[in-house]
Amino acid sequence: MDNLLLLFQAPTILVQLVVDGLLVGAIFALAAYGMALVWGVMNIINISQGEYVILGGYISYFLYRQFGLHPLLSLPIAGLVLFLLGVLLYRLVIHRIVGRDMFISLLATFGISILLQQLMNELFGPDVVSVAVDMPTWYFLDNTVTVPTAKLLAFGVVLAIAALLVVGLRYSRLGQAIRATAQNARAARVLGVNTDRVYAATYGLNAALCGMAGSLVVMIWVIHPFIGLTYTVRSFMIVIVAGLGNLPGVFATGLGLGALEQIAGFVLGAEFQSAFVFSLLVVILIVRNAWLRRRREYLS
Amino acid sequence: MSARQQRLSAPAWAGLIIAGIVVPLLFPHYMTVFAFAWCMVVLALSWDICGGQMGYNSFGNIFFFGVGMYTCAVVQRDLWHGVASGQAQLVLTAPQYLIGLGLGLVAGVVAAVALAWLLGSQILGMRGHYFAICTLGLGIAAGEIATGVDFIGAGSGMVTPLMPAGLPGKEVFYYVFFMLLALFALWLLSRLYAGRFGLALNAIRDNEDKAEAMGLPTVAYKTTAWAVSAALLALAGGGVGNLIGFIDPIDVAFAGASFGVWMILMAILGGKGTLWGPLIGAFLFYAAKEITWTYFLGWQRVMLGALIVVIVVFFPEGIMGWLRERFPARFGDTSETTTSEDRP
Repeated sequence: MDNLLLLFQAPTILVQLVVDGLLVGAIFALAAYGMALVWGVMNIINISQGEYVILGGYISYFLYRQFGLHPLLSLPIAGLVLFLLGVLLYRLVIHRIVGRDMFISLLATFGISILLQQLMNELFGPDVVSVAVDMPTWYFLDNTVTVPTAKLLAFGVVLAIAALLVVGLRYSRLGQAIRATAQNARAARVLGVNTDRVYAATYGLNAALCGMAGSLVVMIWVIHPFIGLTYTVRSFMIVIVAGLGNLPGVFATGLGLGALEQIAGFVLGAEFQSAFVFSLLVVILIVRNAWLRRRREYLS
Repeated sequence: MSARQQRLSAPAWAGLIIAGIVVPLLFPHYMTVFAFAWCMVVLALSWDICGGQMGYNSFGNIFFFGVGMYTCAVVQRDLWHGVASGQAQLVLTAPQYLIGLGLGLVAGVVAAVALAWLLGSQILGMRGHYFAICTLGLGIAAGEIATGVDFIGAGSGMVTPLMPAGLPGKEVFYYVFFMLLALFALWLLSRLYAGRFGLALNAIRDNEDKAEAMGLPTVAYKTTAWAVSAALLALAGGGVGNLIGFIDPIDVAFAGASFGVWMILMAILGGKGTLWGPLIGAFLFYAAKEITWTYFLGWQRVMLGALIVVIVVFFPEGIMGWLRERFPARFGDTSETTTSEDRP
């Protein structure tokens, strides 16, 4: 708890943690939005979300190692590869579980996540990797708060992708089909929407969003094959706190979660940061449950 | 599922017990493997109480397994040598070992049941996927927290006491332990499922709101079912900790990616919601797993992932479901009306 005192003695540390958290949290929001999309449109909770993030990171890492490509340049490539992977997985597995018991979708995507974890472990090794980008760092408040340009850039990229997504979902033909299918898949089918293709595109889009998030993660943070699940859990938390289909809410919750996590990691110690994420999940669900129970209406 | 089918017939019991005695005598070198096979039966049966019979699919039942394992090990370590004696490997006399093990198992069960009641009263109010994901978080959070707690050895793990001379070998001792535990679990659950308790669980699975509206105390039944499941898992955990001899927080105690997923898979493979299903599924899956792990070393987790997808997507009703569909006369789902006609 010494670190907690330190926070009060030196408030700039708090500022630093919050800034770091906000910049990182935007990336969580990106993956969370993909999860909300698949959940809302197909009624599937995708447990392999985090593995797509990590895979996107590894693609950027690989391109950097082989060709010296900057992660921001390989971001569209990671998105495209993950889109294709998502469509492939949809064709192989997911289309068989749409509309079935939700537990089946949870378990099946959990199977996919174990598979991907291990494949990444075989391909890239179990080490922690990162891409060291050569970018300047900004200093504020007498050099006590530092903001790396890479993090700012990542934040901007997330904003751009989010804006593109909103515009795309509202105005493009595919976006309209996705929204129609989400509202009523049967009616959409009757009106001539090929829902199977919409589902494939939605799942691919989700994987692409995760992959792009991964490219940003590898640029400002580290990845290794077995931390995917924390991204899944973060996405899930963000979606249940913000609600489905609420992009500004998802974004704000993502930022809040990022900041909270940084502070918790500092106060509790880095070894408890991932324990904090999972415990927070349990706490949020319990609180949500108690809240729902209180609002339940009884006949008296 | 009628009450009639939730019982084991006398020949089935006899067959199980005879196989349990004869097979390890024929292959004495594989005693540990057979011990784990019985352990898998306990895990699959205990998952099926909530997952199959009650329709509450938990991802994190491994939580109770780890709680039981750590509680038992802590009692065994500290009972005779004071708190955290610091010895690398404890040396105990035979009576000390047995008393420590007995008390440790009891303490593990008490801890697990208490936690099941406490958490269950909150978590079991969630429906469907919220419950599944919450328990997933619970299992993983417990492992992550255990990694940071020094009292139980933190990330470097804990060692359980050595088996003292004068007792049968560790493998034989724990083979008998797990066989008795599995048979006890089968007996207990066959009794529970055959009575009012089983009907209440199935009612909750089929329509919880209606069951509650008809005056069934669903909360009490749900927490009791979870507590029974937790008690069995804690006993299995205490045994596994001693059989392996070394407790690692994430790879042994809260091993969501191995035991935790296996127990779900075994129950689904055999046919969830039946008494025989988890038993058959456990033996089949464990045999397949041992063969795969031996011949595809290094790729076993890839195989596991593929196996999960294949079983869950193509075979969700399991072996019992397939048998029921194939031979409805022998295994068919006898509805309430036919059973009432059967009655004298």
